[in-house]
Amino acid sequence: MSTAPRLTALDAVHRALGATMTDFAGWDMPLRYASERDEHNAVRTKAGLFDLSHMGEITVTGPEAVDFLNFALVGNIGSIGVGRARYTMIVAEDGGILDDLIVYRLGEPEAPEYMVVANASNAQTVLDELTGRVAGFDAEVRDDRDAYALLAVQGPESPGILKSLTDADLDNLKYYAGLPGTVAGVPALIARTGYTGEDGFELFVAPGDAEKLWGALMEAGAPVGMVPAGLSCRDTLRLEAGMPLYGHELTAELTPFDAGLGRVVKFEKTSRADTFVGRAALAAAAERAETAPPRKLVGLVAEGRRVPRAGFPVVADGKVIGEVTSGAPSPTLGKPIAMAYVDAEHAAPGTAGVGVDIRGAHEPYEVVALPFYKRQK
Amino acid sequence: MSNPQQLRYSKEHEWLSAAEEGVSTIGITEHAANALGDVVFVQLPEVGDTVTAGETCGELESTKSVSDLYSPVNGEVVAANQDVVDDPSLVNSAPFEGGWLFKVRITDEPDDLLSADEYTAFAAG
Repeated sequence: MSTAPRLTALDAVHRALGATMTDFAGWDMPLRYASERDEHNAVRTKAGLFDLSHMGEITVTGPEAVDFLNFALVGNIGSIGVGRARYTMIVAEDGGILDDLIVYRLGEPEAPEYMVVANASNAQTVLDELTGRVAGFDAEVRDDRDAYALLAVQGPESPGILKSLTDADLDNLKYYAGLPGTVAGVPALIARTGYTGEDGFELFVAPGDAEKLWGALMEAGAPVGMVPAGLSCRDTLRLEAGMPLYGHELTAELTPFDAGLGRVVKFEKTSRADTFVGRAALAAAAERAETAPPRKLVGLVAEGRRVPRAGFPVVADGKVIGEVTSGAPSPTLGKPIAMAYVDAEHAAPGTAGVGVDIRGAHEPYEVVALPFYKRQK
Repeated sequence: MSNPQQLRYSKEHEWLSAAEEGVSTIGITEHAANALGDVVFVQLPEVGDTVTAGETCGELESTKSVSDLYSPVNGEVVAANQDVVDDPSLVNSAPFEGGWLFKVRITDEPDDLLSADEYTAFAAG
């Protein structure tokens, strides 16, 4: 594919800021504005402002929207309250993960409406799957990818920054909840979600309002240390927080149980749908995970300074026992860290003798429980 | 960004100072440092090593990637910058000064080293 990259509604803003841009899933996105480490640290200690407009929004409406989503996704969508959100997944019939998703329940019971947010790299797949799976349900799947720009304010200062720009009741907006409101005069769906391990908000707005909202947020946030933040620090932030990334920790070759995320699969659902796509395969995967797990997702912390990267072999006693899925220098820990799938017998925290093969050199690594970083509440 | 006039440059984005008593200081350009992002790990050749123009002699690791370090000239390494090993961010903050990497007693150099203006045009292209 040699099509021109897609530009977000904030493209001119990024260029004016001198951002280093990168192609991500066909989108031209800001990788970093200055130092990605400074951006990372700002999100941990103050706040960062992200353009996440590449994420794929898909709206589901209709009387049988719940039944349909319960059939199409692995979670119990029927148990999501109005104004709440849920982390869930869509799998293939063989149980392989097609994407991880956040589903927001927007509509009241008399007018069911859900917004499914997919990863940019999988948005078309998710749209195609949902469109295929809706047959037979009185529900409608709508491609809303171009209907929204998405800005995220993340970090401990984010509630204060947002409060100065909205009358919405943020104090009662819980983690994984969303409510419609107005921010800086712009209509927005205000969600308390994120991918950084910090408190924060994601703001879904009309693309035409994105620049105005960005400007207002920067004006309010800059005095308390908020900086524009790019995808590079988003990756190190989510890695420290132990959050999986599709294409790395999650792939079509793995079921949610293989990824240590079996808890997102609900075999009992609140709806008339008595099955869901992938159910039989996932039941078998759940059994296997209980009795004979092949590999487990663990954290690795370097003793040296060389950085493990995705695909590097994890070794013990001269044998390959796993593979790194994500690795980066951790600004918070000051050491290289990685997530890796390793054989179950080497997966316990503190397991001795584990290393990563970094371009031929076996560098010692400590096996730790995930996440690497958890914020103090 | 401006590339100092008194330096010469390689197409691998290294800079090379004018030789003093046959010894030149070598580093990577600001353009290269910006492209890498925050440098977190530097492996330099050791004093006494022989380096060859265009061949890898170390590595630079940034948040996103690892890159080979090349020598722009042939020669013997006479110094390696321990400060940059201890604090790799010097490569980003002062690529032409405190972020220098190593010094070489030159035995030979390729004839395709660039002037500052030539390098500026090369890096922009």
